[in-house]
Amino acid sequence: MTEAAAEGAAHGSGGSLPNPMHQFEIKRIFDLHLFGLDASFTNSALFMVIAASVITLFTMYAMRRRALVPSRLQSVAEISYEFVANMVRDNVGTAGMQYFPLVFTLFMFVLTLNMLGMLPYSFTVTSHIIVTFALAAFIFLGVTLLGFIKHGVKFLKFFVPSGVPLVMLPLLVVIEVISYLTRPLSLSVRLFANMMAGHTMLKVFGAFVVALGLLGGWAPLAFMVAFTGLEILVAFLQAYVFAILTCIYLNDALHMHH
Amino acid sequence: MPQLNPLDWAPQLIWLLITFGMLYLLMVYVALPRIGGVIEARTAHIAKDLAAADKLRRQTEEAIAAYEQALAEAKQKAHTIIEEGRTKLKQETAKERAKLDSELAKRGAEAEARINDARISAMRDVNAVAADVAADIVRKLIAVAPAKAEIAKAVEAARKE
Repeated sequence: MTEAAAEGAAHGSGGSLPNPMHQFEIKRIFDLHLFGLDASFTNSALFMVIAASVITLFTMYAMRRRALVPSRLQSVAEISYEFVANMVRDNVGTAGMQYFPLVFTLFMFVLTLNMLGMLPYSFTVTSHIIVTFALAAFIFLGVTLLGFIKHGVKFLKFFVPSGVPLVMLPLLVVIEVISYLTRPLSLSVRLFANMMAGHTMLKVFGAFVVALGLLGGWAPLAFMVAFTGLEILVAFLQAYVFAILTCIYLNDALHMHH
Repeated sequence: MPQLNPLDWAPQLIWLLITFGMLYLLMVYVALPRIGGVIEARTAHIAKDLAAADKLRRQTEEAIAAYEQALAEAKQKAHTIIEEGRTKLKQETAKERAKLDSELAKRGAEAEARINDARISAMRDVNAVAADVAADIVRKLIAVAPAKAEIAKAVEAARKE
């Protein structure tokens, strides 16, 4: 395939089915260079700004009356608050409530980005590994740093399981360290792969609907309707998993439970 | 895969930092205190109301207990009053009856004595009449006036038969 043909396929004008990966393309809306870095405002940046604005405006608008007896919207804001607060309290304990704002922001941000991605013609920010990996690496580094600040060198004991025969210990420590170091990878790939796979599937079946036309398009369309429902569930579930794993990592760093 | 184009990474990372940082600050300083404040205020309000309700309930219970105690005391008092009245009445009745009994006994004795007197005097009268009749009969029969003492003796003897 030549460069031009690949370009053509990427833009869905290759003659056959449109490229399902085309939706993940980063498009620069305006170019911007700061301190020698490419800080262009892209479609990804646009949806991050939209997500942050939606969350802020929603909470502000929902809480505008600060009513004792909440309206429906205020209830939604309070439920999301209580949901994350309970998640942190159950998984990290009251000592973890210090990090509640971070977990809340993470959960709402990822959830909103996932849900915005479900809108037609929108862009799914979390389908890019670099974004999810940045978030996961930030959590990983922060949690590891926190562990060393809280426990000092003793935090290394985290990698030494208790009640294990001495012969097995070197092997188990290596396994523990590897499993700890793969945390940012698994955390980021889980979210990224789920979002990308789901959206690719939707695109492929959407293309089938068009290709099969009025006669045969109903079957993939029916599948797409069901799959869209599943994708909305996945969008919520992955945000929840992301937040709850953050809580579990925080708990490991704070309490060294093993 | 467009995700693996390193040229697209920098803009995404920079805007992620900007948007996530802004959102975090907005949540920490604006949104979360607002939501948390409302929830806390509600919890405090509910706790206050529950405490007030509990206090009122306790007051009610105290009032009921006081009422029941007062009722029991009043009942006890009424009982003693009734008891006292009854014993007093009994005593009075017994006294009255004793008085009446003695009165009746006295009157009975008096009446008996009067009857006795009346009988004695009646007897004496009968004797006198019998003596007079006997003296008259004797005089008519034998024309002799007998001595009074003799007649009395004879009447006495006749009556004894």
